[in-house]
Amino acid sequence: MLAFTLRRAVQAIGVMIAVGIIAFAMFRFAGDPVSQIVSIDTPAAEREAVRKSLGLDDPVLIQFARYFVNAAQFKFGVSYQFRQPVSTLLAERLPATLELAICATIFAMVFGILMGVYAALRRDTLLAKLCQAVSLIGISLPTFLIGILLIYLFAVTLGWLPSFGRGEMVRIGWWTTGLLTVSGLKALIMPSITLGLFQMTLIMRLVRAEMLEVLRTDYIRFARARGLTTRAIHFGHALKNTLVPVITVAGLQFGSVIAFSIITESVFQWPGMGLMFVQAVQNVDIPIMAAYLLMVSLIFVTINLVVDILYTIVDPRLRATVSRPA
Amino acid sequence: MTVPVLSVRDLKVEFVTRRATLRAIDGVSFDIAKGEVLGVVGESGAGKSVTGLAVIGLIDPPGRISGGEIHLSGMRIDHLPPEEIRRVRGKRIGMIFQDPLTSLNPLYRIGDQIVETIRTHTNLSESAARKRAVDLLAEAGIPAPEKRVDGYPHEFSGGMRQRVVIALAICAEPELIIADEPTTALDVSVQAQIIALIKRLGRDHGTAVMLVTHDMGVIAETCDRVAVMYSGRIAEIGPVQDVVRNPLHPYAKGLMGAIPTLAGEDRRLVQIPGSMPRLSAIPPGCPFNPRCAFAFDRCRVERPEPTRQGAQAVACHLYDHAAKESAA
Repeated sequence: MLAFTLRRAVQAIGVMIAVGIIAFAMFRFAGDPVSQIVSIDTPAAEREAVRKSLGLDDPVLIQFARYFVNAAQFKFGVSYQFRQPVSTLLAERLPATLELAICATIFAMVFGILMGVYAALRRDTLLAKLCQAVSLIGISLPTFLIGILLIYLFAVTLGWLPSFGRGEMVRIGWWTTGLLTVSGLKALIMPSITLGLFQMTLIMRLVRAEMLEVLRTDYIRFARARGLTTRAIHFGHALKNTLVPVITVAGLQFGSVIAFSIITESVFQWPGMGLMFVQAVQNVDIPIMAAYLLMVSLIFVTINLVVDILYTIVDPRLRATVSRPA
Repeated sequence: MTVPVLSVRDLKVEFVTRRATLRAIDGVSFDIAKGEVLGVVGESGAGKSVTGLAVIGLIDPPGRISGGEIHLSGMRIDHLPPEEIRRVRGKRIGMIFQDPLTSLNPLYRIGDQIVETIRTHTNLSESAARKRAVDLLAEAGIPAPEKRVDGYPHEFSGGMRQRVVIALAICAEPELIIADEPTTALDVSVQAQIIALIKRLGRDHGTAVMLVTHDMGVIAETCDRVAVMYSGRIAEIGPVQDVVRNPLHPYAKGLMGAIPTLAGEDRRLVQIPGSMPRLSAIPPGCPFNPRCAFAFDRCRVERPEPTRQGAQAVACHLYDHAAKESAA
């Protein structure tokens, strides 16, 4: 088990190095960093001085090593637009994005699983068919449209929820949270639904399909032949087997929730990493773009690792193959 | 005469499809006494498994029991509401399925699956149920049961898993065990052990056993009586010695004739021409008539009803005719 975790961790580090190379390459291919820092009429000698002071005349490998060592300590350089360290900017924005992503994922998991199980067990009822229809809408409507529709309905027409921002925030150390105030929670509702709706429908459809599959298996038939209660069969035996593949998808989806938050954050002017990234792209702020790339891949790699470990906890068969690698 | 453990009378099972209503079981009647092992043989699709599923109330839509009665120790069970038949399943009737590799939930320890079943049907405490689970595994012939009780299904071999399945089937001391081809998925060497185990358990606990199989060797070794099924009907039923040595129904004769013997007679094995009709195309009269060498006009029009011939009962006009003549 430990060997398995270590092996996966080493693989994860390999992925991060590859992403680091791409992030570093962005600096070199997106124009000369010096000309982005200095003004147009700076004399050539001064430019060379800047180049030397930033270490940009060193061999590429040394520059990469330096970048990598810094990145590993979460030092991503200074933002061109804000003239502030990127890590400070990220630290300000990270809580907003994470809170949004976690709320959206919880929303997606809870409703996705509930609706999926219901649609599988009572698949001939009207409500189950309605769930299926709603899931089609969720899968096919683009995120920004859902966001705008929600804003139109609940913010503009009904005036129940704020249309943008995080509301009032509470500071806990460097973390700013909107979860502890009423206005913060209210501000979280619409962005979470917008961001989580696609994942919810995906999970719902997956749970429904998996559940129907599991209900057809021999061990469910045998469980019925043993006279177990319907509740025990559905929620003890069937659901647990259903959740094995759902864990993977939900885990991977959490990564794309963070990546997709770019759109939702733009629609709701949510002060998270995604919004910052969009602004960085508009202003060719390469340090922020590179740092965002690294952060998102770090989150993805971590989630994958966690999912792999979770898998072995849920499914005993994997534990056996893991401890006895082929 | 005591009440038989299982009494099936004129059972009919239908599957309703969009095109037609298919009758998978058409008027099957048999009894199983306490401690008796009834073998049910026949080709694939003859209705052996469906009969077993009907008895335990696990015919799922679009299938349904459309006629007849099933009595368990005198209590009618085919009309019970779902919650009551659930209490019968596992507690009074234990079932063993064909494939032990897929019969156990892969995510739960086998001990937990046994304890769950025991606690569903009795009010034993968790620890008492666990102790009983270990005893059951020991009885089913699993070595080191107190250790194996915490194993997961994938840690057991096929034969061992079938032993676990058997332990699960008998955990509430049922009156009847339905074993649906319990050895088909197993190695030949393991088959004999599993059959011996089922037989021993049936004898020790006085349990009636309905053993569905297409292995005539298993039938001859294990069963007290045997029913030969064809196209959803019982062609012949009787004591195993009689049916095997002196089959009456032309189909049963064909089946027994197709078994190679070790005696070394250099004869060609009997072959029944053709194949069993599909459910949608069962001919009128006797379903076996197109394949039967002795068929005459009446067989093509009138359905034969089982008639008694000594200890056997056979559904064939040949004997009905003979019986009438001898009576006259």
